[in-house]
Amino acid sequence: MADAPSAGTGVGASVLRNEDARLLTGKAVFVDDIDLPEMVHCAFVRSPHAHARLKNVDVAAAAKRQGILAIYTAADLGDYWQPGPLLVPPPPIEGLVFHPRTQVPLAKDKVRCVGEPIAIVVAIDRYVAEDAAGDVVVDYEPLDPVVDLEKALKPDHARVHDDLDGNVATHARQTKGDYATAARDAHRRIRRRFVYDHGASSPMETRGIVAQWDRKAERLTIWDTTQAPVIIRNGLAGMLGLSEHQVRVVAPFIGGGFGPKMMMFYPEEVLIPWICLKLGRPVKWIEDRLEHFTATTQERSQIHEAEIALAADGRIIGVKDEFLFDTGAYNPYGLTVPINSQCTLLGQYDIAHYDSTFTAIFTNKPIVTPYRGAGRQHGVFVIERLLDIAARELGIDRAEIRRRNLIPSDKFPYEQGIIYQDFTQLTYDSGNYAPLLDKALELIGYDDFMGTDHSSAARWTGKAVGLGLVCYVEGTGIGPYEGARVSIQPNGKVLVATGVGTQGQGHFTTFGQLVASQLGVAVDHVHVVTGDTDQFHWGAGTFASRGAVVAANAVADAAKIVREKTLHHASEHFECSTEDIVLADGYAHVAGVPHKRISLGELAQRANPLRGAVQPGTEPGLEATRYFGPTMGATAAGAHAMIIEVDLQTFTVDIKKYVVVHDCGTIINPMIVDGQIHGGVAQGIGNAFYEQLIYDDQGQLLNASFADYLLPTALEVPTMEVAHLVTPSPLNPLGTKGVGEAGAIPVGAAFAQAVEDALNRSTGDTVEILEIPLNPERLWRLWQPGSTSGER
Amino acid sequence: MNSVPVRVKINDVWQERTVESRLLLSDFLRHVVGLTGTRVGCEHGVCGACTIILDGVPVRSCLLFAVQTTGCEIRTVEGLAAPDGTLSLLQEAFRDKHAVQCGYCTSGMLTTLTVFLSENDDPSEEEVREAISGNLCRCTGYQNIVAAVLLAAERSRKKEGVANG
Repeated sequence: MADAPSAGTGVGASVLRNEDARLLTGKAVFVDDIDLPEMVHCAFVRSPHAHARLKNVDVAAAAKRQGILAIYTAADLGDYWQPGPLLVPPPPIEGLVFHPRTQVPLAKDKVRCVGEPIAIVVAIDRYVAEDAAGDVVVDYEPLDPVVDLEKALKPDHARVHDDLDGNVATHARQTKGDYATAARDAHRRIRRRFVYDHGASSPMETRGIVAQWDRKAERLTIWDTTQAPVIIRNGLAGMLGLSEHQVRVVAPFIGGGFGPKMMMFYPEEVLIPWICLKLGRPVKWIEDRLEHFTATTQERSQIHEAEIALAADGRIIGVKDEFLFDTGAYNPYGLTVPINSQCTLLGQYDIAHYDSTFTAIFTNKPIVTPYRGAGRQHGVFVIERLLDIAARELGIDRAEIRRRNLIPSDKFPYEQGIIYQDFTQLTYDSGNYAPLLDKALELIGYDDFMGTDHSSAARWTGKAVGLGLVCYVEGTGIGPYEGARVSIQPNGKVLVATGVGTQGQGHFTTFGQLVASQLGVAVDHVHVVTGDTDQFHWGAGTFASRGAVVAANAVADAAKIVREKTLHHASEHFECSTEDIVLADGYAHVAGVPHKRISLGELAQRANPLRGAVQPGTEPGLEATRYFGPTMGATAAGAHAMIIEVDLQTFTVDIKKYVVVHDCGTIINPMIVDGQIHGGVAQGIGNAFYEQLIYDDQGQLLNASFADYLLPTALEVPTMEVAHLVTPSPLNPLGTKGVGEAGAIPVGAAFAQAVEDALNRSTGDTVEILEIPLNPERLWRLWQPGSTSGER
Repeated sequence: MNSVPVRVKINDVWQERTVESRLLLSDFLRHVVGLTGTRVGCEHGVCGACTIILDGVPVRSCLLFAVQTTGCEIRTVEGLAAPDGTLSLLQEAFRDKHAVQCGYCTSGMLTTLTVFLSENDDPSEEEVREAISGNLCRCTGYQNIVAAVLLAAERSRKKEGVANG
């Protein structure tokens, strides 16, 4: 394993992971593993009502319990109490209506969703804290909750925020071309109502925070399950009246992020450090699973009224879409999710006319922020379903209708003419879409499937078989920037430090590969540090499929500079030209003269003299820090295909085959990329058929446990076949595009098509599926004559 | 707060403590004994992250009280590798097949599967999937975990074959 030659460890190699040994033996440290002397524990009093006025909070009985150190409410926070920052301001869309409202550390006057925190109990252990939390008496005046999106828009409906005229959080319209005029001459216009519901990310590890104040060093250390340690450090330092260098935020091993751990300045994040400073003891709060269903952000539904205008040959003339988006009680994340839906709807297709409007609506439910896919699912679902309906109505094969509309490979960079989530004009940097479709058709056995009569088999077995095939794009690799510092240590190991955090995607290995190949060292001799602001304090975080683009390019660039410095020092040492130096196996040696060598560690020491003079402009050691900020995002793309079997009595499903063909540009570690796709598809399967957050008309989540919110198990997720095509991005030196979300994005659309296909093949009737998620009961209902999908 | 003595053998070492009767076994292992490798995912017995081996049987440590385990033998993830640190065949296979991403479900997967493989040394893919159907993973989509188990089983059979001449 150690000292593998560098040729097999660079970009494109499936190097085994550096971090696995710690994870496999239980030695990896996650936030709840941190136990400090004198540490105290917190539990929250959370609202059981979706919408209520807070009349009084009485902590007297609770405070009397043995083992309670303190109980805080909003009033106790004084000036520290303030609404959180607006994390993502709105992009410059003409005519935009935007009402920002952000979450508060503890509710004052009003609670706006179930789970909103009202008081925090600090005790000697979590058990006692929860006992006391149960003793806190809160006097509520329940109010009518805002739950249904369409009802929320009615005048005189209950309002989530009393200072607004209604429940509209955002209203935004983006257009290109002139849909109204162009659609008039269309051969066919197809209009449908779609409902797409995405769920809770449900990582296996919930959130948690530990804060410790070192009185003597005057430094605050915070361990946090955050995807954005640098921003958390900067924000908390400011809030607490400390200098940034006095605060260290560590994101240790994190058990899954998926987006909601990128939400920042959660009430708990703001409170725990404050309590730590106040009490002078380390403080811990670990979210339990029940809390996670309401206290951590999630995604939810959109309702689309969409229309597509087509020519007789299936070419898209344009699309018009109006949709409602549930943003929850507060909207700190601005427009990110619906803008992703709006932009991603355009997909791989050459669409000249587009008119898309969305209205984000405040509801009395948890905050919605991005969860793997971040709204792209919804857009993909609408366009892919419209194309499927068009294919059926026009009598065109579904693969063919897609093929006819693909952006040709010579049309890149392709400007979409609308604004994306990173505030730039949406432009697809590169792509080659027809081969993705071809490969997907080949791998799924499309012609074979289409040429077989499946209806007789269905009558015999009672199971209907159907095929789904969808295309999608994934906007990745957006700015602003990331940075990395690479340094050769005196012991010959190489240290890489970067500001992004890691939640399982293998940064310790992929970043190591980039450095190993430049410096001629083994990958496991590269020690990567992520998510520790003491080691690196610049950058935005791990989100939106950007690590392999933004952070990786910073790492590669820094490594390149270190290589140049190393070659320079070695050439001085051996008194030869840098062209005559070879870096391999941790040494610099003269080409053709292997015994004339010096270890990188020794070179690093020599590059840091303790005496003597240096040339002006010299930098000590073999170290470099570099930053990378892309001009815009890089567009990845792919096609998914699946064959599914539906039991016509129980309406349970069985995926018989699942194929992913994906293009994420240059691949650093194929094994890790495939792993990302497998995981994304699994979450997509959950989204399509097993997971749904079910709220009643009082805003109560009815299935807040894994017994009722069903995550797919090994019995529900099939073995997938993944193939890759590579269209390098011209936007960065490595040519990479992101891939973290790709697996999750099109699964709902593929599922709906495949299940619809199965049901229709078995009977020749026409069931139309215009909604996700599905489930056995829903399918059975859609199967009944006269029922309509998309009505909720 | 009542205090009850517990005496339990964990990874071949007898541990004696005095704890509250309501202390969960998962919290006992992690915060009293200090073996933090056993993870907590849901505390309602569904996700399997907290799975440990109790008298040879995989059980959810979040659904047991520490005091229930007096006199029992427990093996946690920390007790799967050899004393000198050599990974078990299963742990090695997990690494070779990229069956670990965030690692949070991994401890529970390993304890569950260690028992499974001791009872079934030549499982089919379906049998492996059934065996881990009580262990949720949110990162890997399971397929590499299944591949790792099959690889570990194959390597184990080869080793047995060599050992048996």
